[in-house]
Amino acid sequence: MWSRRQGRLRPTVCGVEELRRRRREREAALRKARREQQLVSKRLLRNDAPEEAGEGCVAAILGETEVQQFLRQAQRGTEEKEREGALVSLRRGLQHPETQQTFIRLEGSMRTLVGLLTSNQALLQLEAARCLHELSHSEQSTVAEACLPATSYLLTYLSSHSSDFIELCLYTLGNLIVESEAVRRQLLPQGIVPALAACIQSPHVAVLEALGYALSQLLQAEEAPEKIIPSILASTLPQHMLQMLQPGPKLNPGVAVEFAWCLHYIICSQVSNPLLIGHGALSTLGLLLLDLAGAVQKTEDAGLELLACPVLRCLSNLLTEAAVETVGGQMQLRDERVVAALFILLQFFFQKQPSLLPEGLWLLNNLTANSPSFCTSLLSLDLIEPLLQLLPVSNVVLTVLCNVAEKGPAYCQRLWPGPLLPALLHTLAFSDTEVVGQSLELLHLLFLYQPEAVQVFLQQSGLQALERHQEEAQLQDRVYALQQTALQG
Amino acid sequence: MQLPPALCARLAAGPGAAEPLPVERDPAAGAAPFRFVARPVRFPREHQFFEDGDVQRHLYLQDVIMQVADVPEKPRVPAFACQVAGCCQVFDALDDYEHHYHTLHGNVCSFCKRAFPSGHLLDAHILEWHDSLFQILSERQDMCLVEGCTEKFKTSRDRKDHMVRMHLYPADFRFDKPKKSRSPASAEAPGDSGERSEGEAMEICSEPVAASPAPAGERRIYRHRIPSTICFGQGAARGFKSNKKKTKQC
Repeated sequence: MWSRRQGRLRPTVCGVEELRRRRREREAALRKARREQQLVSKRLLRNDAPEEAGEGCVAAILGETEVQQFLRQAQRGTEEKEREGALVSLRRGLQHPETQQTFIRLEGSMRTLVGLLTSNQALLQLEAARCLHELSHSEQSTVAEACLPATSYLLTYLSSHSSDFIELCLYTLGNLIVESEAVRRQLLPQGIVPALAACIQSPHVAVLEALGYALSQLLQAEEAPEKIIPSILASTLPQHMLQMLQPGPKLNPGVAVEFAWCLHYIICSQVSNPLLIGHGALSTLGLLLLDLAGAVQKTEDAGLELLACPVLRCLSNLLTEAAVETVGGQMQLRDERVVAALFILLQFFFQKQPSLLPEGLWLLNNLTANSPSFCTSLLSLDLIEPLLQLLPVSNVVLTVLCNVAEKGPAYCQRLWPGPLLPALLHTLAFSDTEVVGQSLELLHLLFLYQPEAVQVFLQQSGLQALERHQEEAQLQDRVYALQQTALQG
Repeated sequence: MQLPPALCARLAAGPGAAEPLPVERDPAAGAAPFRFVARPVRFPREHQFFEDGDVQRHLYLQDVIMQVADVPEKPRVPAFACQVAGCCQVFDALDDYEHHYHTLHGNVCSFCKRAFPSGHLLDAHILEWHDSLFQILSERQDMCLVEGCTEKFKTSRDRKDHMVRMHLYPADFRFDKPKKSRSPASAEAPGDSGERSEGEAMEICSEPVAASPAPAGERRIYRHRIPSTICFGQGAARGFKSNKKKTKQC
């Protein structure tokens, strides 16, 4: 999965610092785009080494005459090698936005390209498809929309047998899909969903990864919940997607990443999640979580967080569905290894990707909220102390502890004695109202179900800790109630 | 972040869960001013909570995160020719040959030797062009070429209209060529053996057909009127040279 793609950056040319700087820039740009709900990214599949073009990483910009010349040569040349060469030159030129603009403004250019795409010469077809792919990658809508006449053919070729060609068509479609609603409004009636459903049965890993990419782009569309997801759910795609996520020797990380993101976009749109639960999504994702935790321990951490993130999200959101409880009256997910796996992943995030810690804790909340079983696992597996180590990261730690404590005396007994009380006294020193509020809730439960805790609380200057917040509007009532309990106890 | 040493072992061991501790809630737990309620939380698509993970995902798509290795060059082999009879293409890379084979020799009609991009289009072609029984029995024989659509039409024109209107296909879609003229006089050379034999068969009932020089697409409708004395079996009843005898023999 990782070795086939060649990005625009080449490690041998740019130093590490330069790479980091560019990454920070891109990250900032992506954050801004997301806040404006314009998060769009395209994938570029370039297979030839830039060395072929001579020194430097970049080929020359082509003028109108040159574009015309290459097209004519490709279309009417006598020798196949000559025709192919013309298209290769065109394709290199099309790496430039200027050449792209020149191309689309030239009358009949797309028509010629489509003619070459559908010709009987296999290698010309491939090169024409590569030209189209370059165009699809443009950031300018006019260029991408100029590719519309080719879409019916791209879809037709998804049922062909040449895996390289199919892969190229899929990436091109994926890039076009994300471009504008106009494109999607054409692709849907043209039958993109049945075409993808047929194509997903391919045995080729590269094709599946490309398909996952294209599908993820389709599912990210703003209108997806109303216009796209229902037909996807009605097709055979969900079952196949889940198959790609089943752990085992056939699991390919690159493919799994794409389909996990697809599943996330479907699930968080909340169109028909019970259907997915009916297909076994919960148990598949649970097993995948276990698999990920196992992989993390072997330090095969090449991008595991890319897969872990959508898996966590899918599980968390699915757990909010009522359907989760109806199968036999119990949660479909009952294996306590899930809790063990989650903590192993939390530790991994702590070291490698702290930004994912809140998402992991979100899952922990959803697992424990309504489940005595998982709350018990948390206690029996000795996970309270590790959990407390994450207090600085997120308030959800306190919420999870409340989930445990609210289940009654049997649970609170296991929370006491231990590091919990000192930790709470510590959080009471914060000024963040949210944090303190949650701490007060937890204290209340602890005092209610484990009265011995009150004494120790008093001995450790608990009352003074409470006093700090007596004037705070949102906390006053609860502070007062706790003070009363403490004094009476 | 320290984990208990037994945790990894637990992960490696089999599925299962300890017996849950008994749940026993006191109504005072939820009494005012306290308001904690245990509940699973759901986040919708655009929620800000997802920002960090989404940004990582897109960085990946843009290929920035991973140090991508160099792409291996296409392995070259000594030049070889395509083994399919009549094809003289030469290749020096297996990928190229694979693509050539699948494109030109993959879905090939055994009657007229035309190649199609997919099995679906090949099936549609055979039904429409070469399956005589299908054509006699069915009123509607032109199926929609879009995978997943089950509509069928009487004429190729209707089919084209449907594909343009409903599926937004181009009017000049390459894989929807209308059937060629059926008159025996215009039988074309390469790979036309299938059509020629049908042309011969039609000679027997040439009277009703020749009477009206209708365009190719509509001529098919006349096939419903082929006399039942005509048999399309191999060699059988081809000897019927005279139209005068109407005795049923097939």
